Amino acid sequence: MNTIIEIDKLNLFYSDFHALRNVSLEIPEKAITAFIGPSGCGKSTLLRTFNRMNDMIQGTRIEGVCAIGGTDIYSDEVDVETLRKRVGMVFQQPNPFPKSIYDNIAYGPRLHGIKDRKKLDEIVETSLRSAALWEEVKDHLKRSAFSISGGQQQRLCIARALAVEPDILLMDEATSALDPISTLKIEELAQELKDRYTIVMVTHNMHQAARVSQQTVFFLNGEVVEYSDTEQLFSNPNDQRTEDYISGRFG
Amino acid sequence: MREEGIPSGKTAIEGIQKDKRTFKNSRNSIMDKTMPAFLLFCAVISILTTVGIVYILFTETYHFFQKVPFKEFIASGTWSPLFEPKQFGIWPLLSGTLLITVIACLVAIPLGLAAAIYLSEYAPKAVRKVIKPILEVLAGVPTIVYGYFALTFMTPIIRVLFPDVGIFNALSAGIVVGIMIIPMVCSLSEDAMSAVPRSLRDGAYALGATKFEVALKIVVPAAFSGIVASSVLAFSRAIGETMIVTVAAGATPKLTANPFDSIQTMTAYIVQVSLGDTPHGTVEYGSIFAVGATLFLITFVLNIVAQYLAKRFREEY
Repeated sequence: MNTIIEIDKLNLFYSDFHALRNVSLEIPEKAITAFIGPSGCGKSTLLRTFNRMNDMIQGTRIEGVCAIGGTDIYSDEVDVETLRKRVGMVFQQPNPFPKSIYDNIAYGPRLHGIKDRKKLDEIVETSLRSAALWEEVKDHLKRSAFSISGGQQQRLCIARALAVEPDILLMDEATSALDPISTLKIEELAQELKDRYTIVMVTHNMHQAARVSQQTVFFLNGEVVEYSDTEQLFSNPNDQRTEDYISGRFG
Repeated sequence: MREEGIPSGKTAIEGIQKDKRTFKNSRNSIMDKTMPAFLLFCAVISILTTVGIVYILFTETYHFFQKVPFKEFIASGTWSPLFEPKQFGIWPLLSGTLLITVIACLVAIPLGLAAAIYLSEYAPKAVRKVIKPILEVLAGVPTIVYGYFALTFMTPIIRVLFPDVGIFNALSAGIVVGIMIIPMVCSLSEDAMSAVPRSLRDGAYALGATKFEVALKIVVPAAFSGIVASSVLAFSRAIGETMIVTVAAGATPKLTANPFDSIQTMTAYIVQVSLGDTPHGTVEYGSIFAVGATLFLITFVLNIVAQYLAKRFREEY
């Protein structure tokens, strides 16, 4: 497998708080990588480093290298908006815009200059199909995005992220606000999408990581404790702390 | 009585009975009973005052319309109550008021909105901490001060640019009324924009939107009803503004849309009559109540519209 994201000796500070300590990782292309660990361990912080969402938090400082496709995304010539077009993100709470289903999907493409109605129609349909939502909403695309269920809203947000044709999809605990059935649908969706996209997901749910991902990274106090194949990590962890965490002794 | 029901627990029951005295209110129960009545009284005072104002306004207006036909009030294009032939057509005062209000809104809504967008989306915390209190101070400046600001600062500037304009003109007063209501538009719009959840902004940023795109295409539309409500409130505030227009806009009731003209607003007319030596009970005296009632109805309707809009925007996300 090719590596798409390369992190080398990354340190991140929120003002005085040392949130990520000397993290080095290589994330493979077109596969699902899961970040697990207790709250506050830095897994979401690292995820938000990949699309530079941390930039918006005042007092954030980063040292080390975070490269996507061979380019250090924190170098000066990188345009943040272009980066975020390539690295999509889905959040913990479904956050559709207060617009119609159609306009939610079309928002991103319009932002990046697509105005042609036909082209937009096409993008909306493909994105909704990719997010396994098309059949459910095709007859009422003009309805408010709030009229559909939470699980559907989250798939809408995935479709919205896919509409700008990213290479990487970041999922920040994307199922934690959903019921088990909606969660299952999102997990199935992730499985389908991994053939075309690199997916990095943060999850509180270890079973989810075990079910869905190929690679798992275990974080503790801002450090990577263990990083290996998911099967290996859950069946035969190298580190005692990993074993303690996955067997439920803490966290 | 209870002892019969629970034969075995006699000592415990006795204990309870002994404790009974602690359930009596040992504190001053008169206080507890009179306080709510007093508080109710305070609340009632403000309600009664409002009722009283409305009552006087409308009875006096009724008396006025006994003497002056209602048809003349709404159909005549001349307002000349203080000299013969007396005519009571509301339109010149209404157009003067509207002229001031439109100028004020043209100044206040764009500037207030731009300031609100800056404060809510761009300003670092430190800057916000400085600017918001300053805006609030601006809102606390007595309007008479604004009136003299219009007359002695704004008017000379206008007269440099347009030498033909008279000392009293609608433009100067309108601009300054606008400046006066900027804090209101800004502060209410900023509240509406800050209430837009962060998650919506994050969603847009994650799609590669710039800060400006997020502000304009996500935050402003999401806060739109709140922004409209703030504008309507500002509009209604401008209609009711008195001192600035009395000082700077002149005292010439004229049906005109020319901002360089000297005009008279409804409020300024009321001031003129109340300050002059118009005897109580005359038609001229009665006319201020008719004008006041008109003003009251307009702002009342606008405030209801604003409240309706503000309520709607809560359901938007």
